[in-house]
Amino acid sequence: MENARTRDRVSKTIMYIVLIIMAFIMLVPFAWMILTALKTNQEAISVSPFYIFPHNGWHWETFSEVWKSYNFFLLYKNTLLMIFFRVVCACLTATMAGYAFGRLKFPGKNFLFSLVLIQMMIPSTIFIIPQYLMVSGLGWLNTCAGLVFPGIVTAFGTYLLKTGYQGLPKDLEEAAGIDGCNIGQKFLRIMMPLTRSSMVSLGIFTALFAFKDLMWPMIVCTSVQTTTLAAGLAKAQGQYGSNYPQMMGAAVLAVIPMIVIYVIFQKQFVEGIATSGGKL
Amino acid sequence: MKEKRKMTAKEKNEATWGYFFVAPTIIGLIILNFYPAVDTVIQSFCKTGDFGKGNIFVGLANYQRAFADPEIWQSLLNTIKYAIIEVPFGVIIALILAVFLNKKLKGTSFFRTVFFLPMVCAPAAVAMVWKWLYNQQFGLINNVFHSNVGWISDPKIAWISVGIIGVWSIIGYNMVLFISGLQEIPGDYYEAAEIDGATGIRQFFDITIPLLSPTTFFIVQTRVIGALTIFDLMFMVMDKTNLALSKVESAVYVFYNYTFTQGNKGYGAAIVMILVVFIMIVTVIMQRAEKRFVFYN
Repeated sequence: MENARTRDRVSKTIMYIVLIIMAFIMLVPFAWMILTALKTNQEAISVSPFYIFPHNGWHWETFSEVWKSYNFFLLYKNTLLMIFFRVVCACLTATMAGYAFGRLKFPGKNFLFSLVLIQMMIPSTIFIIPQYLMVSGLGWLNTCAGLVFPGIVTAFGTYLLKTGYQGLPKDLEEAAGIDGCNIGQKFLRIMMPLTRSSMVSLGIFTALFAFKDLMWPMIVCTSVQTTTLAAGLAKAQGQYGSNYPQMMGAAVLAVIPMIVIYVIFQKQFVEGIATSGGKL
Repeated sequence: MKEKRKMTAKEKNEATWGYFFVAPTIIGLIILNFYPAVDTVIQSFCKTGDFGKGNIFVGLANYQRAFADPEIWQSLLNTIKYAIIEVPFGVIIALILAVFLNKKLKGTSFFRTVFFLPMVCAPAAVAMVWKWLYNQQFGLINNVFHSNVGWISDPKIAWISVGIIGVWSIIGYNMVLFISGLQEIPGDYYEAAEIDGATGIRQFFDITIPLLSPTTFFIVQTRVIGALTIFDLMFMVMDKTNLALSKVESAVYVFYNYTFTQGNKGYGAAIVMILVVFIMIVTVIMQRAEKRFVFYN
């Protein structure tokens, strides 16, 4: 008995040591990003002595400088609008299609659903050139519509919502049918509210994917005025790459909003990712 | 003979609603995905005129050029090398952390939050920070360890350095999926093993690994495809003047360069097609492996 308890204590200690070391490795880049942003450029590139912490005061003004010089207000606005429209479009189209695939009977359903499954298996790189040509043909380069374009529909979300609708009990709908609701009313009033958790998962997933995407905004929004945070950072690095405090200040400003949202809605984030998994 | 039954009014009504509901998605998929996939195939056989107009059919010329181009082969090799670092290390480290966090230790939610943090950061920002950490002269790593390693400028090790960023970024995501897989394993298995006197490590290999194999397979499969289409890290970390670039650039990076920097969409399309075929082959191999190694109840 005594033996087992010692063994238990030893294994717990080992686990904590591993977890703490890993947490340290995960946090160092974040800490270094913030610490560098608070230094002057001379301090940041000083080697002997090498400064871990800012030496001559903490230069918070870097953030406001970066905010202005890199047009962060516009980058935030563009990113937010793109995320908003992508989430609305994805949730709307996916919940409708998910309901039909999950609950309704109509000829050709299996064939149409196989299109959804096929799309999920094709690497999305193959779509980019023609999508770009379409956006450019529509005159949507450097617009929010161009940013949202590839995310109007989602095969993955349709699949996710279909599973959600299939999981709902059958008698719910039958009871509603007796009360004289038509299918559209049944969908809106009874079924859709019940798949809220799947919708939240899809929303988070869509938002995160849109936020992290680099290539598409770089291709369709080449001007700093219209692009997103990720692509804006890439541009900034190309132009001001050697001013390290400013670069790190820009990186901090780019990651902060999503981190704040994540810390607040942690449970939904983790559950959303765990249930949707999916392709990133 | 299959008798074609006439639909009742109720069935007709249901079918109408069904088509109405799936229409946006299906039309969208056709315009946004299926037409582009076909168009990419067509473009790969064409020489693209300016602004995507005036496609001239050139047969297999783009493919011939790609197959003869050492840069394409090197970029495919680089992509595979990246996947060989990111997938196994990202999966194994995440699995160990998930098992630890599933033990109901104190502070679990703190660790989970921290490990998941890189997931909510744009890879562009992550790559910038790591590029700065790796900086040969002024970087944190070389200055703390008093070393002088060209982490991202030495062609021999730059691919490993980029792979490490990939592992660091993906651990939290894999871990969350593993934790939800672990929670589905019934507790009685472990209780029975406990009574039989099996140690924690024995339990891990005899119960956790086999019962978790569907989750593991799912993660490996999605991550292999993710790693083979990697772009952001290479684009942000490797400067165009970096001598190690040719040993690190991924296939999608090369695709991006030819298509959008140099404007050669036909050649870019051929590069995508080669990559997609390669990914399809890998997917089929993994599906075969699934039947042999994955344990489903």
